[in-house]
Amino acid sequence: MWMWVVHRTTGVAIFFFLLVHVLDTALVRVSPEAYNEVIGHYKTPIYAIIEAGLVAAISLHALNGLRVIAVDKWTWALRRQKVLVWVVWIGFAIVMIGFLPRHLMHAFGGA
Amino acid sequence: MSNAPDLKAPKKAISHSTLGRARRWSWMFQRISGVILILLIAIHLTMNLVMGDGINQIDFAFVAGKLANPFWQWFDFLMLVLAMLHGANGMRMIIDDYARKPWMHATLQWALRIATVVIIVLGTLVLFTFDPCPAGSDPSLLPSFCEDI
Repeated sequence: MWMWVVHRTTGVAIFFFLLVHVLDTALVRVSPEAYNEVIGHYKTPIYAIIEAGLVAAISLHALNGLRVIAVDKWTWALRRQKVLVWVVWIGFAIVMIGFLPRHLMHAFGGA
Repeated sequence: MSNAPDLKAPKKAISHSTLGRARRWSWMFQRISGVILILLIAIHLTMNLVMGDGINQIDFAFVAGKLANPFWQWFDFLMLVLAMLHGANGMRMIIDDYARKPWMHATLQWALRIATVVIIVLGTLVLFTFDPCPAGSDPSLLPSFCEDI
């Protein structure tokens, strides 16, 4: 039940980001100045946090999606679906531990 | 003891399919596109946010350098189409679940369809009509290979 809520909310968030992201990238067709001006906002601290949240939403949605496929397809996965929820959260933690330090260093450390 | 009544054949053959043909395709598409998108987006995020200078490297010159290469054009095209269709398909189900008033349901579904088509068409036009070295631009904002043209 909770994973269903997680899947829906992350899915909706990612969808709306995707709309904005195609629009901002479309500015490369307007002019280099317009694109650099708008994409510059992504490099501010507040957006660095939002990007981290976005990567978190995508990895959670991706891992839980794989769990849903497994539970639909294999009986062994259906029997162990509670364990697989833990696998999703552990996989998510591993992805974020790999991504966050590097991203935050890029965003805040000037590295 | 009286005989059991004869069983009549049901008027319509029982369908063992719980979903119609269209919804079965949408179910399959969501799973197949989902798995492909995991791969595409993992590469996209690794290239743009993890490698090199991460978020700091993203500017016109960076994007132009990538999109000058047909490989990334087609990579981004596939990601654009699959992500929009996967997202729109999910949103369609959510609207079906929550928008109960018929006019609200119709309005949201049409808004979703229009937004999806507009974004896919706009994104595709940008990817394939894009000029990495637009004439008259400040050379310092362009990818380095523009100097040779």
